[in-house]
Amino acid sequence: MQCDICGKKKATVHLTEIVDEQMSEMHLCEECARQKSSQMEQQFGLADLLAGLSQTTPMVKESKEGMLKCSDCGLNYEDFRKFGRLGCSQCYVSFKENLSGLLRKIHGSSHHLGKTPYALKAENPVPVSSSAALLPSENVEGLKKQLQIAIAAEDFEKAAMLRDKIKGLENG
Amino acid sequence: MKIEELLTHTGEWLRGEGPSANIVMSSRIRLARNLAKTPFPSRSTKKDLETTLNIVEKIMVKVPFLKGATLFRMNELDQVDRQMLVERHLMSHEHASNPDGKGLLVSTEEIVSIMVNEEDHLRIQVMRSGLNLTEGWDIINTIDDTISKEIDFAYLENWGYLTSCPTNTGTAMRGSVMMHLPALVMTKQINKVLAAISKLSFACRGFYGEGTQASGNFYQISNQVSLGHSELDIIQNINGLIRQVIEQEEQARQALLVQNRPMLEDKICRCWGLLRTARIISSQEAIELFSMVRLGIDTGILKDVNHKALNELFIVIQPAHLQKIEAKKLNSFERDTKRASLIRQKLGGKDV
Repeated sequence: MQCDICGKKKATVHLTEIVDEQMSEMHLCEECARQKSSQMEQQFGLADLLAGLSQTTPMVKESKEGMLKCSDCGLNYEDFRKFGRLGCSQCYVSFKENLSGLLRKIHGSSHHLGKTPYALKAENPVPVSSSAALLPSENVEGLKKQLQIAIAAEDFEKAAMLRDKIKGLENG
Repeated sequence: MKIEELLTHTGEWLRGEGPSANIVMSSRIRLARNLAKTPFPSRSTKKDLETTLNIVEKIMVKVPFLKGATLFRMNELDQVDRQMLVERHLMSHEHASNPDGKGLLVSTEEIVSIMVNEEDHLRIQVMRSGLNLTEGWDIINTIDDTISKEIDFAYLENWGYLTSCPTNTGTAMRGSVMMHLPALVMTKQINKVLAAISKLSFACRGFYGEGTQASGNFYQISNQVSLGHSELDIIQNINGLIRQVIEQEEQARQALLVQNRPMLEDKICRCWGLLRTARIISSQEAIELFSMVRLGIDTGILKDVNHKALNELFIVIQPAHLQKIEAKKLNSFERDTKRASLIRQKLGGKDV
């Protein structure tokens, strides 16, 4: 089978595209497929998805956002929206307000419950956020302890999540 | 280790054993980690990238499971070598296509690999045979703990590990399971299953991960959410889902055997015959035939072949592997003939 685009080389890549509910098949050689895939990335990349998501969250005023810049690596928020990639760890602090909503859209939460780097564990033997990863997750006692800490820290969003989890385990 | 030495064996995780190995080919866990004080690779200078590579080279000797591991620098490898590492599931396409400043650390049995300076500074990956995410997690957790004693990772208490792309923020963990689902495809139930999977916010991809189409009835299922759940919770969720899919596939296989055994036997034996006699074969066709042979092994219809032999073939029939084996560039037609001869040889076919 010949490539649909150049008509010269043998088609080795087979693509199925769905545009407006119309399905079409394409058979391409490696070279044309590579070109096509970079076009598609520009058209339907993750960047657009992310930008689409972030547009639906209320944010700092548009005009302000245009000037929003990471204090460390100098990345523009506008560029993050275009390419979907952050530039450094400081970006998370510089774009905190915008990212908070975005992270919740993507993950359904904006509170880390996983493990903690070793260095932080050593400084703080009962870190709030690492205990979930270290204790077996079914451990109601462990979760209750975390709940107390979360309430003490006035972290009510996390407290509510832990409460639901404990409820789920006790009922299940 | 020289890259050619990889050709003398295949990854330990391809041995075709482990829990539910009849349906689950392999399990993979990966963690993304970034250095706290260095810009992410996309905004790193050449010097930053080199420094990160050197840091990894320096600490790797201290890391468990990495004894005797090799660090490959991408710009010292040619395009075929890099493609070969992709075909072995040790790194991504992206990592092969822009080699500057990038590295890949590979453990001796290919259980662990670490991409350096891909989208994030470190992408640690552990592969296991069968459904074995928990064991994979134990290994990767130990590796991560050891590295975090040496490197200050980008981390915020509220948001966890910070990654270049916000879809990975939090645990920065992805667990993926490679499933072989021929009976669900043959009984036309696969779309229903895939729709249910994506509704539960899991991703389903093809044989080579992100951006690839399913081929040979292989589907890679992984978590999409990485924030708001602990690593073990995420793994439990994946395991729960995978067990349900396994059950569905097993029921479909039973149904095929009971209602349509002669048809199934015919299909499988024809594929077996094709593989042992064909003279020209594309990798796409080969993978589709392997799928049927694999089903033949699992249903007891074929007895002269095992998972391990078949799993090895999946890797060595890929274009870069064929070219490394022949030690020269091969065009598409040459690869198709070389591939057919390699398969005949490995599956005891006749060269008459």
